[in-house]
Amino acid sequence: MTDAPRRLRVLAAMSGGVDSAVAAARAAEAGHDVTGVHLALSENPKSFRTGARGCCTIEDSHDARRAADVIGIPFYVWDLAERFREDVVDDFVAEYEAGRTPNPCLRCNEKIKFAALLDKALALGFDAVCTGHYATVVTREDGTRELHRASDMAKDQSYVLGVLDERQLAHAMFPLGDTLTTKAEIREEAARRGLFVAKKPDSHDICFIADGDTQGFLAKRLGRAEGDIVDESGTKLGTHEGAYGYTIGQRKGLRIGTPAPDGKPRYVLDISPVDNTVTVGPAASLDVTALTAIRPRWCGTAPTAGPRPYTAQLRAHGEETEVTAETTKDGLAVTFAEPVRGVAPGQAIVLYDGTRVVGSATIASTTRATAGV
Amino acid sequence: MVYLDHAATTPMLPEAVQAMTAQLAVTGNASSLHAAGRRARRTVEEARESLAASLGARPSEVVFTAGGTEADNLAVKGLYWARRDAEPSRTRVLASPVEHHAVLDAVEWLAEHEGARVEWLPVDAYGRVHPDALREAITTDPSDVALVTVMWANNEIGTVQPVAELASVAREFDIPMHSDAVQAFGQLEVDFAASGLAAMTVSGHKIGGPYGIGALLLGREYAPVPVLHGGGQERHVRSGTLDTPAIAAFAAAGRHAVAHREEFVREIGALRDELITAVRAAAPDAVLGGDPDPAGRLPANAHFSFPGCEGDSLLLLLDAQGIECSTGSACTAGVAQPSHVLLATGMTPDLARGTLRFSLGHTSTKEDVAALAEAIGPVVERARSAGLS
Repeated sequence: MTDAPRRLRVLAAMSGGVDSAVAAARAAEAGHDVTGVHLALSENPKSFRTGARGCCTIEDSHDARRAADVIGIPFYVWDLAERFREDVVDDFVAEYEAGRTPNPCLRCNEKIKFAALLDKALALGFDAVCTGHYATVVTREDGTRELHRASDMAKDQSYVLGVLDERQLAHAMFPLGDTLTTKAEIREEAARRGLFVAKKPDSHDICFIADGDTQGFLAKRLGRAEGDIVDESGTKLGTHEGAYGYTIGQRKGLRIGTPAPDGKPRYVLDISPVDNTVTVGPAASLDVTALTAIRPRWCGTAPTAGPRPYTAQLRAHGEETEVTAETTKDGLAVTFAEPVRGVAPGQAIVLYDGTRVVGSATIASTTRATAGV
Repeated sequence: MVYLDHAATTPMLPEAVQAMTAQLAVTGNASSLHAAGRRARRTVEEARESLAASLGARPSEVVFTAGGTEADNLAVKGLYWARRDAEPSRTRVLASPVEHHAVLDAVEWLAEHEGARVEWLPVDAYGRVHPDALREAITTDPSDVALVTVMWANNEIGTVQPVAELASVAREFDIPMHSDAVQAFGQLEVDFAASGLAAMTVSGHKIGGPYGIGALLLGREYAPVPVLHGGGQERHVRSGTLDTPAIAAFAAAGRHAVAHREEFVREIGALRDELITAVRAAAPDAVLGGDPDPAGRLPANAHFSFPGCEGDSLLLLLDAQGIECSTGSACTAGVAQPSHVLLATGMTPDLARGTLRFSLGHTSTKEDVAALAEAIGPVVERARSAGLS
């Protein structure tokens, strides 16, 4: 957005991390009228950081405020904890409970950063919300917007923004998207700008699970629910303490006593919340050839009917894979050029046309290469 | 820049700056016996006498602290510990629910850690404690009350408490009463002796003195248990090397405040009334917080709730236009919470979220009020469209 012809009133979401601080600084340097805002997303923000870095601690809020002061922009903390709990955390738990594997970051971008936050920002007279995401917004000649991958594919975060629709995109600003700099260089830039967060470790995993223990978090929320671990023929191999603790494609932590007949590792193939059963089997059974997805969100207009070739990304740091996709009554039907592994219902599939994000949808069901599950 | 947040802090008076800078260049610990120490001690004691005179107290009743918060903590905790030590049954603390956090949180800490039983005194819709309510609370069992604490004037809504009447009730039962007079000093007539209080908190930076200096006015018969232990300065109640420059400047600001109070109150009161009229004209549904009778509120205070607005939104929009004020409520982790003061007055949480406090001071002008008058209407409209998140 450095090509913006006019001075915009920009609300910069500042997590307290280095990326969002540099993004806000760049927006201000580009001549925009920038105000920083830290989103208080935790309903119990009283603790300073412990363990892995979260994004909702008092310390993060202080770091964001300090960065805003250095940049020389006003700074506020907005309490979106209730919305975040309802739209992101509760949804995250419910999805796991239903045997699916959600991505809360996409959900947060769709429902919080570019919905609750954006709506409030627009109502208050701001033109755009700025974040530290690595993605590029391209303005077409007719004024509409396209979302593209970041210039540096290694840092690209367009996947978690794939849920943004045209309106949301029209008010999004990603000042880091067009940089061909390494993370080390972003840190150098932060240091050069006097931003003390320059040396702060990267955030990772899920911000509201500060210690990184997703299983423990889910266990606390959902309780213990013992059930069977079975193979593809239905033979019981062991027990689990809650099917929600498993992810399709998971290999570690299955704690099955008897080895597989062929001696090869076994993976989670299916999670059935109805009978609280986890099915495991060989890697080959993970191969997915096609999927259906629901809740499509298009970055612009929906594709016209009929199968079309795209590339797809299935997880935040996943590789691109070639697919044929067509819109259906419920959403999307996707066929993979080559079988892929580790595809779980609940995950988002983001479709690309070259570097352009076409849209996204939530995976509902998969078709396996081998019969069985 | 339009600064309408003097209750948060007000610019230092030139005579305070002068008194402070003159002392900063001079060496001397007021506890030392040599000439440098004697010189510093003389400065401190002269300041003590001056501040005592400004507040209707004896010099020996002035205990310097590092600010209002410390003085409040010393009074509340120290008096509680001393009273409980003397009579173990005295663990009941009677406090107003509209106190500043420096008192509120100290009282709650005593409840959580020191076995205090806190009784929040009832207040009316203006946040005022009535002497009868205090009497009623005490008479349930006068023998178990450790202390009473009720602020002189509220920092958010400006309501003035009937401090002398309350203190007289407490005195009847020989119960020490503390009052946080941080907001009152400089705006109201504050006479420690006449008030009948056992202890009273004042702060430097709210009256044009420096930050980090305050005092607890403490009746000579009271010996609170210290919060800070050390060299035994300040009647052994508050240890720590005396901050001679800040103390000299605090006293200078105190002299100015008292000497110019009547004229200040007349002018600032008129300006405040103008502000209230202007805000009401621009936002007719704004609800004035606190006592509408000017005699019952701080002359420099105006407080409003704007239905359907988030205080933070109002603040952000005014800030963007160079108008600086406050929501008046305390922050937890930077997240605005509905003010405990407003909730105590019976205001609904939603309405309590949309508040702004405008506080005037010695640098305030008609132009400041005019700028606010022009901005506030559209700002309220816009904040309302953003709604309550």
